[in-house]
Amino acid sequence: MAARAVAIARGAPGHVAAALVAAVILAPVAAVLWRAGGGGWPGPADWAALRFTLTQAALSALISVALAIPAARALARRRFAGRRLLITALGAPFILPVIVAVLGLLAVFGRGGLVNAGLDALGLPGIRIYGLHGVVLAHVFFNLPLATRIILQGWQSIPAERFRLAASLGMTPTDVMRHLEWPMLRAMLPGALMVIFAICLSSFAVALTLGGGPRATTVELAIYQAFRFDFDLGRAAVLASIQLALVTLAALAALRVTQAGGFGAGLDRSLRRFDAETPALRLLDAAVLLLVAAFLLTPMAAIVWRGGAALAGLPVAVWRAAAVSLGVAAASTVLTLALALPMALAALKRPWLEVVGLLGIAASPLVIGVGLFVLINPWADPTALALPVTALVNAVMALPFALRVMIPQLRDTVADFGRLADSLGMRARDRLRLVILPRLRRQIGFAAGLAAALSIGDLGVIALFADPDIATLPLQILRLMGAYRMDAAAGAGLLLLTLSLAVFWLLDQGGRADADA
Amino acid sequence: MKYLALATGLFAATIAVAETPTLTVYTYDSFVSDWGPGPAVKKAFETTCDCTLKFVGTGDGAALLARLRLEGARTDADIVLGLDTGLTAAAAETGLFAPHSVSAEYDLPIAWDDPLFVPFDWGYFAFVANAGADLPANFRDLAASDTSIVIQDPRSSTPGLGLLMWVKTAYDGDAEDIWRGLSDNIVTVTKGWSEAYGLFLEGEADMALSYTTSPAYHMIAEDDDSKVAVPFDEGHYMQIEVAGKLAGTDQPELADRFLEFMTGEEFQSIIPTTNWMYPAVMPQGGLPDAFDTLIAPEKSLLVPADEADEVRDKALEEWLRALSR
Repeated sequence: MAARAVAIARGAPGHVAAALVAAVILAPVAAVLWRAGGGGWPGPADWAALRFTLTQAALSALISVALAIPAARALARRRFAGRRLLITALGAPFILPVIVAVLGLLAVFGRGGLVNAGLDALGLPGIRIYGLHGVVLAHVFFNLPLATRIILQGWQSIPAERFRLAASLGMTPTDVMRHLEWPMLRAMLPGALMVIFAICLSSFAVALTLGGGPRATTVELAIYQAFRFDFDLGRAAVLASIQLALVTLAALAALRVTQAGGFGAGLDRSLRRFDAETPALRLLDAAVLLLVAAFLLTPMAAIVWRGGAALAGLPVAVWRAAAVSLGVAAASTVLTLALALPMALAALKRPWLEVVGLLGIAASPLVIGVGLFVLINPWADPTALALPVTALVNAVMALPFALRVMIPQLRDTVADFGRLADSLGMRARDRLRLVILPRLRRQIGFAAGLAAALSIGDLGVIALFADPDIATLPLQILRLMGAYRMDAAAGAGLLLLTLSLAVFWLLDQGGRADADA
Repeated sequence: MKYLALATGLFAATIAVAETPTLTVYTYDSFVSDWGPGPAVKKAFETTCDCTLKFVGTGDGAALLARLRLEGARTDADIVLGLDTGLTAAAAETGLFAPHSVSAEYDLPIAWDDPLFVPFDWGYFAFVANAGADLPANFRDLAASDTSIVIQDPRSSTPGLGLLMWVKTAYDGDAEDIWRGLSDNIVTVTKGWSEAYGLFLEGEADMALSYTTSPAYHMIAEDDDSKVAVPFDEGHYMQIEVAGKLAGTDQPELADRFLEFMTGEEFQSIIPTTNWMYPAVMPQGGLPDAFDTLIAPEKSLLVPADEADEVRDKALEEWLRALSR
């Protein structure tokens, strides 16, 4: 039965896509190992870096997801003016280049930031953001929006009919939690934790800048040291492999504990929550949303404030870079979808395929870049291939998010409509066209938006391949900062934020053209 | 579209090679950026050389050397520009560089006689602060004060490494003590120079590690004289940036001409207001006025190139030990 229900997911294209992705990640690591003539054993300092990396990644994932649950619930059961705009704006931190976001955070939590100014005015002692707590705070800032969106999709996957039934049975919010929401969370949370843990594993600049010193050394920094100081490629590759192994283990564990929601099919009616219409719950949801919005949007406002003045006077080179970034983003979005759809379909039968997708975000950008360089250099000029390689790497980096967003919905769709499609004798192509794609529109739109926005904001590997005449926007921001032009960099940061959000909004809305108002 | 344009450009470049020779110069990324010396240097050299000057940018000086090691003798580079004296011994060890034939009247605080590398600019590391603040006069003062600083990680940043060498040359055996004393002054350690300097400008710390020439940028480009470099009486550590010719170059004469050009009037007069460093050979017009207001350290500190690796490894160990407690 199960085999028939997923008959649609004949995996060949999915396996090809997964093999390609694995090759893009593993071949560079192997190339670095090969170039080094063998591995190098990590020293005690490297192990300390590994411990710190694991601690901060685990804490960041747990806290992001824990905070995302009430936020997603509030967004799921409330309808208010500007709700969609809020959902889009909440996604902003996720797509910002690290240094722009860190400066935004510091404008709120830093020494001269709003929080300290407020505490000072009240005669209270100030806070210090630097340390493990600062690293976790920044990671929660980056990843809370993603966790919220993933979990929100879980809520939206519970058919409205179930809530109506719950209401007609007179269920209390606690009952609804136990019978509807908790099973959904059981299905969604491990995946969300896994993705965020993987992102935080390869964090480097955030961890170092807010960590306050070498105590906050992460594996990626240890890789830098191996590469730059000792030119020990073997050690760099071994450290990168350890990172990949950790993500694989975490992902396999998450997949093991994931249980399907199994709510059955509904008529896709808009969600009205009869159980949650008490004043206390309204107040609770409003408070949650206000707090989350304040936490995420105040630093954004600081970035807009800082960058606004310089936006008009931005040098031509920055606009040119913006055009290049848009082109790269378009290519990498198409590529992400082309890889994600077949992989998501194949992953219904073989869940471990998703693990292959996850490797992309956990892989060390430095090692991937160096490895690609080693691979390309004998055949072609890496500089000439800077843009295609950047688009490819960006696509692979966005893949895990696309998969995480698509797979749960796909699983439900196949479970709910697979048998009907079987009994109608639908062919695979018709199923895809008539059943799967229409029900996956929202997820495809969201994934495309995310892939495009991430690609615009990500430095990717271009810094290693840079050509003086072709720069992407994030690279141009780095160059402006490197040339003392912090104000122009802030303006370019705002331009990047605006472009990313606009592209994300367009694609995300495109996927929900028919969604409930 | 983009790729088509790119491909066309490549094709055109391939044809062009047949007619005019191309000199490929590997350098660090900020040199080639629109705000660095790269564009002006390219223009000036190409009007005299009847050739194409092609810059290839890679991270910073250390990344540059790593890239060269990756490529080995197969490298396309004719010239590598942007290593400093902390890296030249390791670079010479690769055996990839050829002796140069440049002799120039250098305006450096030390005598220069390296057979492989030609200096093109130099500077002193210094803490930059807001004028008018109560500022320390040396590292011991700093450690005893509650002045806060942002520095760069020596493992990922050239200035960060410079600071490491600075403390080590000034205090040698006591360096670890100094770092222990500084640990409560350090607000944070960043990946690179830009992050640290950005944090300082945002008011996150009283001082950031940068160069004595940094205030000149603010005076010249922003008409702002509120930033000062803080003189330390132990002396200041120097950075001398150099270029070298690859032994395997297919354009040896052009490469020699470029190195000659590099110590000449045009190149040297571009440096002060694009790379914000001192020129290695004083241009005839001298320096922009703002440079006269900069501090001039009485003592210049520099570890000889051939000892740099050894001193660095020891200093890093001490740094990590002192700051990881």
